[in-house]
Amino acid sequence: MNFLAVGVIYRREMARFFRTFLQSLLAPVISTSLYFVVFGAAIGSRIEEVEGVSYGAFIVPGLIMLSVMGQATSNASFGIYFPKFSGTIYEFLSAPVSFLEVVLGFVGGAATKAFIIGLIILATSFLFVDLTIAHPLAMLAFLVLTCVSFSLMGFIIGIWAENFEQLSLIPLLIITPLVFLGGAFYSASMLPPLWQTITHFNPVFYLISGFRWAFFEQADVPVAVSLAAIAAFTAICLAFIWWIFRTGWKIRA
Amino acid sequence: MTDIVTVEKLVKRYKGGFEALKGVDLAIREGEILALLGPNGAGKTTLISAICGITMPSSGSVRVGGKDVVKEYRDTRSMIGLVPQEVNLELFETVWNQVRFSRGLFDKAPDDAFLEEMLKGLSLWDKKDSKTIELSGGMKRRVLIAKALSHNPRILFLDEPTAGVDVELRRGMWETVAELKRQGVTIILTTHYIEEAEAIADRIGIISAGKILLVEEKDSLMARLSQKELRIELAEPLDRVPEALADTGLTLAEDGRRLVYSYDTAGGGGTGITALLSRLKEGGVRMTDISTHQSSLEEIFVDLVEHDGADRQETAQ
Repeated sequence: MNFLAVGVIYRREMARFFRTFLQSLLAPVISTSLYFVVFGAAIGSRIEEVEGVSYGAFIVPGLIMLSVMGQATSNASFGIYFPKFSGTIYEFLSAPVSFLEVVLGFVGGAATKAFIIGLIILATSFLFVDLTIAHPLAMLAFLVLTCVSFSLMGFIIGIWAENFEQLSLIPLLIITPLVFLGGAFYSASMLPPLWQTITHFNPVFYLISGFRWAFFEQADVPVAVSLAAIAAFTAICLAFIWWIFRTGWKIRA
Repeated sequence: MTDIVTVEKLVKRYKGGFEALKGVDLAIREGEILALLGPNGAGKTTLISAICGITMPSSGSVRVGGKDVVKEYRDTRSMIGLVPQEVNLELFETVWNQVRFSRGLFDKAPDDAFLEEMLKGLSLWDKKDSKTIELSGGMKRRVLIAKALSHNPRILFLDEPTAGVDVELRRGMWETVAELKRQGVTIILTTHYIEEAEAIADRIGIISAGKILLVEEKDSLMARLSQKELRIELAEPLDRVPEALADTGLTLAEDGRRLVYSYDTAGGGGTGITALLSRLKEGGVRMTDISTHQSSLEEIFVDLVEHDGADRQETAQ
């Protein structure tokens, strides 16, 4: 195992994050604050409590998920796409590193960044709403799993993408709609029956539901189902990455 | 000298059936400078890529330091430094960060003293805190070399190191290569500049259309260069070399319109030209023109490449 290689890749990814730290930090803080102003204060004051939780607090888990999923995906996809784009990927291919070590470095870096941003958003929400976290450890576990699994997916997208358009296509066309329709800002029980059924086909719905359970002990589906869903998603990403490793898809022609 | 790289029956077939390498055999000796000479699209970069692990061979084997490049890739790649043809660098990273990164990627513990020494050797030390984007073209190429050397490799591959580089920089590059050889590094470079191969190589390999046509000591190739030809254009075509001149070694060319006499200028002795000319006169051969001709490495090269092409056309028919 070439841990030195994992270390240098991870540190370089993190260095990129801290180099633009202000931007990385300010963007989520500002967008979260805006969500709280619009949904929490302006609209939220007209919405009654959702499942016994004030609307402002209710949207916190969904807001965190929204940012974390987007950040994990884009960080990991850009991280591996960029060497492909600039041509520096030759170095990874000619170095004594296995695919696993490259994945660990890039996905580790992307997941860490997303995790930090998730915590920043959480901290910001304490400024706007009264929040108690029922199961802090479960909350952290869900957060970490989401960061890792979406970074894995982002890595796959980065390997697949052949241009910048494709790189932003999947986050834009698939992830953002899935998160918005996955109950980030509402409870599925508030929907008409048909839409409730449709929502159950959205994988992100299970993640948000489980994450929300860790905060409020309230969930649309049992927490075990959420855990199974995120485990399945991670497994699919890992299997796909293993397949890329076996075949050299898009990397080693 | 022992062989540090052995390539056997290496074939690289791309999807769609194109064969970039058609059964390449090559042995690279430890400590030598081998120049791989060939036209564009000959397979030079593919061959290097297969040895360095960037592309997977379709069949055949490559061993580096006795290890297989596919099964024991960690061992083989640790021995190799690769300088790619394109200037592929992280634009916004400093020189120092890039060489440290490369060293780590090759599983070598940080050694700033070593890297400092290396950058000084490449005249990059005062640029260590500059970002790639701030460097000149020649410096960027040296950064590529610095990255390749950061893990102290035994073998260095330089893919077209002087393509699009001006004369002065090219000489600087040659000096760098010579210095590395003195340090015991085995160097393989690809080029399509014959003068480059002539200037720095110990041996020259000629590759064309995915096959190695020859690998020869530069000096023996150069010996061929000392061969000269005397070309005698004839007033009337001959069917064959006249009996009386059979012992001169003359050959007929151009449908009997030219007599060719080969001689060697390297020996320091007589070339036999004076005697030949008087015998031609005695034999009553009427000449319209006489010229001498020296074959260059370029011609040997073109001849081999074209000859190979002709062979393949014949087999195809």
